[in-house]
Order: sequence, then structure tokens, then C-alpha cells
Amino acid sequence: MARAFTPKVVTANDLLEGDVIYQTEDDRWSRDLAEAELITDEAHAQVRLLDAARQASKIVGAYLADAAAGESGPEPTHFREDFRRTGPSNYAHGKQETSQQPRT
Amino acid sequence: MYRYSEFDTAFLAERNAQFRAQVERRIDGSLTEDEFKPLRLMNGLYLQLHAYMLRVAIPYGTLNSAQMRQLALLAEKWDKGYGHFTTRQNIQYNWPKLNDVPDMLDALSEVGMHAIQTSGNTIRNVTADHFAGAAADEVADPRPYAELLRQWSTDHPEFQFMPRKFKIAITGSENDRAVIKAHDIGLQLVERDGVLGARVIVGGGLGRTPMIGKELSDFVAFDDLLAYLEATVSVWNQIGRRDNKYKARIKITVHEHGIDAIRSKVNERFLQTRPQFKGADMNLLEEIKGHFAPPTYRDGSVVSFESAYTNDPVFRSWVDTNIAPHKNADHAIITISIKKHGATPGDATAEQMRVMADLAEEFAYDELRISHEQNVILPHVHKSDLPAIHAKLKEYELATANIGLISDIIACPGMDYCALATARSIPVAQQIATRFDELKLEHDIGHLKIKISGCINACGHHHVGHIGILGLDRAGVENYQITLGGDGTDTAAIGDRTGPGFAYDEIVPAVERIVEAYLEQRESAEETFLETYRRVGMAPFKAALYPEAQANAA
Repeated sequence: MARAFTPKVVTANDLLEGDVIYQTEDDRWSRDLAEAELITDEAHAQVRLLDAARQASKIVGAYLADAAAGESGPEPTHFREDFRRTGPSNYAHGKQETSQQPRT
Repeated sequence: MYRYSEFDTAFLAERNAQFRAQVERRIDGSLTEDEFKPLRLMNGLYLQLHAYMLRVAIPYGTLNSAQMRQLALLAEKWDKGYGHFTTRQNIQYNWPKLNDVPDMLDALSEVGMHAIQTSGNTIRNVTADHFAGAAADEVADPRPYAELLRQWSTDHPEFQFMPRKFKIAITGSENDRAVIKAHDIGLQLVERDGVLGARVIVGGGLGRTPMIGKELSDFVAFDDLLAYLEATVSVWNQIGRRDNKYKARIKITVHEHGIDAIRSKVNERFLQTRPQFKGADMNLLEEIKGHFAPPTYRDGSVVSFESAYTNDPVFRSWVDTNIAPHKNADHAIITISIKKHGATPGDATAEQMRVMADLAEEFAYDELRISHEQNVILPHVHKSDLPAIHAKLKEYELATANIGLISDIIACPGMDYCALATARSIPVAQQIATRFDELKLEHDIGHLKIKISGCINACGHHHVGHIGILGLDRAGVENYQITLGGDGTDTAAIGDRTGPGFAYDEIVPAVERIVEAYLEQRESAEETFLETYRRVGMAPFKAALYPEAQANAA
């Protein structure tokens, strides 16, 4: 039996900055996982991933990452995605020093 | 120091111009990521977890003060004010922006540096003994040959699409500081009947299938060496496995065919390659050797050094751990620790880079080296200058006296930066160093190398750490496996796994228990961790690591 679909977000890296970005419901790219569209339907997830892949001159390497609904938006379910949404642990660099939004 | 010829300069300018145009085409949408990725990798540009990463080659780990200052400039102007020195004698910048990278490469080319072949299935940056040209124990300086290899391998038409990457390390000493047995090809310079040549080791490597290299030839004269290496790489290029990337490295080819079969294939191929080398390479080598002529060592009294050594315990401790014997008795080799307790191993700020460049220019005949152990070397220093250098290093948090000790840890970037990582390594290194500094035990513990990798690719050389730590993802949680008894020197060995791994918050206490067991087991303070391990084996360490299992078995 196929495995049950778990909720996902579409994530990628910004082409110029390389920063981790997330696709929002209104088709923007946010640097904040909490603003991402949490996708609960598998077919819709594939469509949203295709939408992302069409934006090749803005983003790199879009994929579906597992996430769960949290109080203020999607939250990671795996530590790798937790590091991606936060930044490195040895310096307060990356998202820990800036909340600037990417180009839309 | 090798000085670029007009050819080198023109080649680099053209290559950088090509890449600038490629970046423009990627940004304007004419190149897809699939098209662009191999192009950026050829120029050392990766995309990691949080940002791009530019990996700059420091050929055979040698650089001068102008080059070090330029590395500082890149850190400050286009990154976050620091750079990360790696186990491959490269420097990595963790935060460049795509449209800045062409400017960074142009800035590097101003001082004869580049990022070519720091990625991809090519012959990578040739690494060398970081004490090359200075060590008291070397037969010859391996760097001229390493430079010849760099020129031979750069854009070599036959070796641009190999089964996998290919790494060469070279040393001029029997006492191996370049880990030659864990490279695709390891070269040890030897002299036979007055002729210089190399012992050729092949098929070493770490990663998911660690192998200690085997001897392909006990002696190949310099005249024949390039042809012999070309034959070796070419045999692998032909029969190396391309069906499975995990079986593509030459270590698997050697393992599957056997060293004797590989040797006869290489010898057969060598008959074809040899006539193609008509001596131009040897003329070039002679010319390159001129670039690496040793400095004219200055004379002078070492009395001030001896008095500082006697009177200043902090200086003495630093000299005892961070200074190695130089071939000139009045000189010394300084290893500057880039491993301050609690700091990220291998990270230097732009300011620290400039301080080290200034010291090199003022005191060290303008030479610096980067070690695969992620430290910086001043290879030629008159002993009378040591107190002044130490004082300056102290001001900039560069005077940690821990070379070869438990806090001199190799750690890969791990999941704090690397897209391939399965767990973090930097914070583990930071915590171990901090813990043993608090215990004030590290000088008592003595020579002990901890090496940490954040995935099985083993950039942190964990297999050859006396204590190796491998970070894995076990069911969605970071988990750390321990190996003991690894050795990256001429007595190279792959470490043995202790047993089940440890959670992130259990790994530092686990290392502490290993060290306690060692202190209990050692016969004297002179017996090193590795010697003790080789004498007593795994059992006492296992008992210390897994007391519950021991209790259950009883």
C-alpha cells in the first residue's frame, strides 16, 4: 500500500542570495517558513511544485519538504528543515540576522 | 612561491570572463540550473543549505602575505568577514551572492589564485605536507612537483569527465603529515642512488568505503613520474566504474581488480604514455624549482628565545605544543592554531588573516601554509622572533597552545552549512574543546586527534582520527558513531567502530568516558592514546562507553 501523504511545503533557494525560501499560497516566495503554504493534498502538491519549477530565473532546486501545522504556520518535522529555516548554529548568520524578503 | 607566467594569467582571465558570462546568462534566464550547475561547480561554486559557497584552492597549501590579504579582502567585501580553512587546504566562503562571484574570482586572479577544479569529477587541488620546504625530516620539498601536477591536471583534456573526483597528496618526508594513504594517489618523495623519485600509493580514500592505499610502485624516478601518473589515472578513467557513483573511486577499482592487476595495466599503459613526455615536463620542473628556492635564512642569536622560554610559562607551553623542528637549527616552524577553545575549527576572521599575513611578511620570509588539520603555518621563523610573534598572536586570539591535543579537532562544516550532511559537526567540536579546556586536562592527555564528519563522505577524516566521530541521521534524530584507533600518518589505519551511536547530547560525555578510560589504562604519561589503544584494544573503551551492556552481560 502506498504511504499516506504527509503535509508538505514547497521550498527552494533564492537564485541570487542562495537563501532558503518557501512558496506562499498567494504565489510569493517568503524567507519565513511560517508564511509557507501548507499543502495537504498530494495532487495539489505536484501542481505547486510545477509552479515553482517554472520560476527558474528566480529560484534553485525546488522540492517538497515535510511540514506540520503549528500555531503560527507550518513547522518542520525533521531537524534538517529546522536548520534550513533557522541558519547555522555556530554564528547568528543568515536568517538569524536578517528578515529581508526576497524579490517577488 | 610559484609566480604565474603570462600563460597562467591569460588562461585565468579568459576562464573568469567565461564564467562571468555564464553567471549573467543564468541570471537573465537563458541558462537553466541544470545547464548552469556543472559550469559553476567547475569554478568552485556550490549551493549549500543557506547560501552559495565558494571553494578557493590554495595549491599544496602554500600562500604568501599578499594572497592571504586578498583572502581577507574577499571575506570582508563579499562574505561575512571570515573564511573557513578546510581539510583539503582550501578556503571556503559560506555566504557569497551569485552575482558577486565573478568579481571574487577576478580579485583572486590578481594574486594568482583561483577556484578551478575545487569541485567536479576532476583532479582536485593537489595537497602537500604543510611543513614542506621547512621540515627537518624531508628528503626534498614536494611543492615544485605539486605545482607541476597542478599545471598538468588543470584542464587536462583526458581528465575532465572522469568516473569521479580524484585527489592527489604529496609529501617529502617518511613521516607522513599529508595523509597520503587516504588519497586516490599518494606520493612520497624518495631518493634512490642519488636520483629523486616517488613511491606511489594508490587506492586510498575515506568516505563510505574507507581504504588504506596500496603501494603501486616503490620508486618511480621524476623523469618518468608524470607519464606514470598519467598512465595510472588513464587506466582508472577507462576501467573505473561509471554505473554506480559509490563504486567509482579508484579505491574500488583497485579493490575489485587487485593491486597486481592494476599495476600490470598501469605498466602496459605507461609504455604508451612514456614516449609522449619528451622532457618538456622536466624542463618545466627545473624552472618551477627555482620559484621554490629556500629563503636565505638569517643568522642571529637565539638567546632572547631561550630566556623567554625559561621565564614565560605561557610562551613555553605554546612553544612546546605549536613549534616543530626546522631544517635550519636556529629556525622553527610555527603552527598557528585556528582552534581556539569553543570556536569553529578552521574559521579565521579577515582581521586574523591580515595579522597572519603581516607576521609572515615581517618575520617568516613571506610564506604561509594551510594544513589539512585546518591550521595556519609560518614555515620559516628565526627562533629569536618567536616571542614577538607569540605576543602578537595572543592579541588576536591566535595563540592557543593546543596543536596535536584533544581540542585541535578537525571538523567538517556539517549540517550547519553542508547540503550533504546528515548531522552537525561544528557544535560537537566546540563542545568537546570547551569541555576539556574546563577540565584543564588536555596537556595531561597529550597527543590525541579527534576528527568529526557530519556524514559518511568523511570530509572530517573521522576514519583516521584517534577518536573518530561520524554524525548520522537515525530515524530523524542526530546520532554520532564513534571509531577508535584511526591513524592518518605513515602507520595509517582505519578506526574501529565502538558500537551503537550516541545522541547529540550524549556525545561529549561519551568522549569524556573514552579519555578517562585511556588515562586509567596508559602505562605512563608518555604512552599516547593511540599507543594505549593499540596495546589494550577496544575492550576497556567499550566497557567505559557502554556500562549498561556490560552490566547486562554480567
